[in-house]
Amino acid sequence: MTDLNKVMVEKYRNDFLKEVEANVEEGNWVKMCMQCGVCSGSCPLGPHWEHPPQEIFMMIRAGKRDEVLRSESMWMCTSCYNCIVRCPRELPITHIMHGLANYAHRLGIAPKLNPTRRFAKMFWNNITAGGRVNELKLSVGLYFMDGFASGIKKGLEMLPVGLGMLKTGRLNPFGLFSGGHCKGAGDIRKMIKKAKEIEDKRKGFAA
Amino acid sequence: MARKEYSFYPGCSSERKASASNYMVSVESMCKTLDIKLNEIPDWNCCGASIGYAEGGELPRHVMNARNIALSEKNFGNQDIVATCAACWLGAKESQERINHSETIFADINVILKDAGLKYEGKQKIRHMVEVLIEDLGYEELGKPVKKPLDGIKIAGYVGCQTNRPFGVDGESFESPKYLDKLVETVGGTPLEKYEEKVTCCGGALAFSEPEKSQAQIKKIIESAYDHGADMIVTPCPVCQMNVEVYQGQINKKYGTKFNIPVTYYSQLMAVAYGASAKEAGLDGNIVRATKLEEIAAKK
Amino acid sequence: MADTKIGAYICKGCGIGERLDTAQLAMIAQKEGKAQVVREHEFLCNSQGVEMIKNDIANEGVNHVVIAACSRRSKAETFNFDNVAISRANLREGVIWITPADDDKKEIVQEMAADYVRMGCAESLKMQIPAGNPSHGNNKRILVVGGGVSGMTAAIEASKTGYDVLLVEKTGSLGGWAAKLHKRVPNTEPYANPMDTGVADLIKKIESDKHIKVHLNSTITKTSGAPGQFSADISTESGGTATENIGAIIMASGFTPYDMNKLPHLGAGKSKDVVDQLGLEALAKAANGGPIKRPSDGKIVSSVVFVQCAGQRSDKEGELPYCSGHCCNTSIKQAMYFKDQNKDIDTVVMYTDLRTPGNGEDFYRSAQKKGVIFTKGVASEVVPGSELQVKFQDKILNEDAIAKADLVVLATGQVANSGVDIEQVPQDEPGKWAANKQSVLNMVYRQGKDLPLLKHGFNDSHFICFPYETRRTGIYTAGPVRRPMDMVQAIEDATGAALKAIQAVENASLGRAAHPRSGDLSFPTFRREGCTQCKRCTVECPFGAIDEDEQRYPQFNESRCRRCGTCMGACPVRVISFENYSVDTVGSQIKGVDMPDQFSEKPRILVLACENDAYPALDMAAMNHIQYSAFTRVIPVRCLGSINTIWVTDALNSGYDGVILMGCQKGENYQCHFVKGSEIAHTRMSKIDDTLKQLSLEVERVKTYEVAITDIQRAPALINEMAETIQKIGMSPLKF
Repeated sequence: MTDLNKVMVEKYRNDFLKEVEANVEEGNWVKMCMQCGVCSGSCPLGPHWEHPPQEIFMMIRAGKRDEVLRSESMWMCTSCYNCIVRCPRELPITHIMHGLANYAHRLGIAPKLNPTRRFAKMFWNNITAGGRVNELKLSVGLYFMDGFASGIKKGLEMLPVGLGMLKTGRLNPFGLFSGGHCKGAGDIRKMIKKAKEIEDKRKGFAA
Repeated sequence: MARKEYSFYPGCSSERKASASNYMVSVESMCKTLDIKLNEIPDWNCCGASIGYAEGGELPRHVMNARNIALSEKNFGNQDIVATCAACWLGAKESQERINHSETIFADINVILKDAGLKYEGKQKIRHMVEVLIEDLGYEELGKPVKKPLDGIKIAGYVGCQTNRPFGVDGESFESPKYLDKLVETVGGTPLEKYEEKVTCCGGALAFSEPEKSQAQIKKIIESAYDHGADMIVTPCPVCQMNVEVYQGQINKKYGTKFNIPVTYYSQLMAVAYGASAKEAGLDGNIVRATKLEEIAAKK
Repeated sequence: MADTKIGAYICKGCGIGERLDTAQLAMIAQKEGKAQVVREHEFLCNSQGVEMIKNDIANEGVNHVVIAACSRRSKAETFNFDNVAISRANLREGVIWITPADDDKKEIVQEMAADYVRMGCAESLKMQIPAGNPSHGNNKRILVVGGGVSGMTAAIEASKTGYDVLLVEKTGSLGGWAAKLHKRVPNTEPYANPMDTGVADLIKKIESDKHIKVHLNSTITKTSGAPGQFSADISTESGGTATENIGAIIMASGFTPYDMNKLPHLGAGKSKDVVDQLGLEALAKAANGGPIKRPSDGKIVSSVVFVQCAGQRSDKEGELPYCSGHCCNTSIKQAMYFKDQNKDIDTVVMYTDLRTPGNGEDFYRSAQKKGVIFTKGVASEVVPGSELQVKFQDKILNEDAIAKADLVVLATGQVANSGVDIEQVPQDEPGKWAANKQSVLNMVYRQGKDLPLLKHGFNDSHFICFPYETRRTGIYTAGPVRRPMDMVQAIEDATGAALKAIQAVENASLGRAAHPRSGDLSFPTFRREGCTQCKRCTVECPFGAIDEDEQRYPQFNESRCRRCGTCMGACPVRVISFENYSVDTVGSQIKGVDMPDQFSEKPRILVLACENDAYPALDMAAMNHIQYSAFTRVIPVRCLGSINTIWVTDALNSGYDGVILMGCQKGENYQCHFVKGSEIAHTRMSKIDDTLKQLSLEVERVKTYEVAITDIQRAPALINEMAETIQKIGMSPLKF
């Protein structure tokens, strides 16, 4: 995967803005930012962003490729869409942040240990396996993300929550073996594989 | 024939023994009273939810939704698609918008769907259940079947994010949508008009991956409800419902608070007001028991 | 003139009849007010009522009409009769709407109404019917000074409306700075691309218009006269002087670009590749659509940085404190010169606040779409070299950074060509007048050679309420001499100024006042034999209307007069008056009030309220039924500047317990319709304390306030405050 990163560095040299425009979801909007900062001020997790969206846009224009793509910032997006509805320039900021995170992840340079990145990956694998979410597998997977011991600890912490869900019939105790499955799951996996191929080709990630 | 009929996209959390199964139970009861028929899209799949983007990227994400839309077109092509889950609604609507807006994506999608014998046209309207209630029936109509008004119950209308932004309900403001308060009023409850955190983000999927940051958000949402004297919180979104309800214990532990506030769905309020039993309204699915609703439901 | 015959008409409509004893008021009008015809009417403003008055004027010889009804601001058209002196006693807004209808207040409310009737009659008795300015001129030709976009537009607009124009341009060609532009900022949909300047078309229009006479290479060496009768000496190309008569003047002398050599730290003067915006226009013009080359070595520019706010919006000595308004759009346009020619050229606009007036926001977006990079940063230094280095502080990333470029463009500001500052360069003494090379108009006005300035060297004009007015009647400014602006605004400005000039010549030819008392036929007269030559009227007239004759007596140029009465207020010997507004018309009202004795517990508060803002504010308070003390007697004045301190002294001497002056906001952000009137009144009143001490009265008894038209809560509150003060300090001991 890092090879892909090298390919892109080579391809766009120091024009990071152009790279973003070509490869990042809704990236062609980045140049339209007018630097008012409303997005940064509207983000619920704003204080936790190393570089809030306004800064990310400026950094892209200033060619700070590594600092942007290796940043934890975009992974703080909760998809609340507050930035989108408030942006006076109507930039699809949420999508751009998602796009940047996805791009960094794809290039293999997104922060390895970022929990949201890891959870997101797990989530996608979960839903594409059977076509629907298997909530139990997802939670168990999440707790054991950092290994068995840590998983047990987290599991214990979350035990009251889990029991509550179980008691009220909102968690399937047999979910590890069934649930979250479409009849067309095979079709879905094929479609996604094909979609990925087309997208990679369009974005120059693959020949 | 039912008064209204829709192509229905229930979404993963609505499944039996899934996190919002009680939402589904109450929706069924509510729709029965209102004579709304929901035709479940056969073999629907996950929308990709709000964090599908990271691994999924663009086109695979749109394909997930396009499959559902195509299945709907095939089976209930002349009906609007209705989703009860905020994320499902948003995901499907967003993909539809993006696919319809780009000839390339539109063509790609159809190439991909073709192998599964499906075709995407993207002409059906995709709507959230509250839109249907408000726009197709209207508050007045929704008020008619009320048998047991929720007298004296103070309810914080927590709208959250995804039914509100970026699309939102027509005619509502992003900063202070009123529809939930109006629904509460319609069923005889007392809305808390000054509830400040009605559109604050609960953290969404980050409740799993960044629990501390999310719980700080959730704490604000609950605290403000208490400040305004709320008996319970109501929401239109399964993620909001779960996040605000199930972490109260952990928040109490961390912050020394004593939160124990029920978090219900609008459909539960309506079902109870329409005379449903606690079970029919899915109240047995609430971890923090909505005792005031249960009392009303138990009344003859 | 026929003897004064007063007809007093008392209206009973709008509740006046229910609240007041109108029969008693009629009696007062007759006995005390000396009205020969007195009539009550159920609804005076209806056709029958108006007909009744008209009949009395036609058949009963009534020539002074006192309308005791609503405020003078109400039904002004209905109660307007030709060749008749009209006064209004305000019983509705002034009495019944601001007082409680309680029975126990009936007496003092009736007294209030009675006083207003007395005052109306007293005023009427002292009034004369204004006859219009007899010494008016009829010249309707318009002189436009300056042949740039503003001047050319003004000339064309005036000509199109049917007026002859004389256009004087100091350089050898028309077009001004706009002629030096490669292209202009767009003024039409979709506001996306630079467009042709349109200057050639304007020049063609001027040249083919037989109603526009053009003097190139010419300056004005002398301007004298008044609206309708100006005279200008023009030193012409041939070296001679032409004297031309004109009716009004539009000064569109434009701006000079700020001298960028004052900015060496930004590389100006150190590197040929640092240019100002006009410098870039020259490069773009030379390139004519091809690649733009840099001055030092002719290399094709592949990267350019625009430094916004260069030497402006700055508090540094020698730099401009203001924003010149057009420069952001101009830099956007210039960045497009590069991008449109070759999209790979790096173009960076470095700004702190991008300000794009008009439809500039669309233009800005268009530039972003074209790939122009906008960086929020402050340039601190431009290091010369074969590759220029712009050192700047990135305001978003909060770090010091360097941008490299082949060419740097400094967005410097506009400096007004407003001539000499008359505060700094006073007028030559009478008889010793000489032309000044720096002056634009070389006026022979006693107050100075050019138009007064407001701030930062721009001409005084009220930027919202009356933008084209200057403080010289019949002379209007347009374009960047008035305030910094772009071409769109200059064109709008020039059109507005042309219309004002037309209005001025038309009013002048009818002997009427111009703005803001447009149409007023009264004019100042003065009793020469009483004058002490103190010069206060000459100095204080906000409009420079008064000169001095050879014997040093004031010389009123009535056509220049705006009829504010500031001269009347200034005159210590009270020899200046208008036919229908004089020291006597107001003084008699003050004295006309029935003054209760000291022990009656009925104080009297005199309010002299500016008719432009304060009086309407009180009217609006009345419409909202906001109450104020029934002991108040309000007299509207044309401007606070017209208040002669004798009125205040007389009022105090005759037993008033408090006096309030309400005028408009003064100072740099003035709201005063006569610019300086309120300010002058405040200065005069600052000395009133001495008078009060002489009379052994408390200083709290006289207050001067700035009141805005929106102060409908505050204005009544100020009156009530005075009523409370009087209650505290007691009644005036000066009652008879």
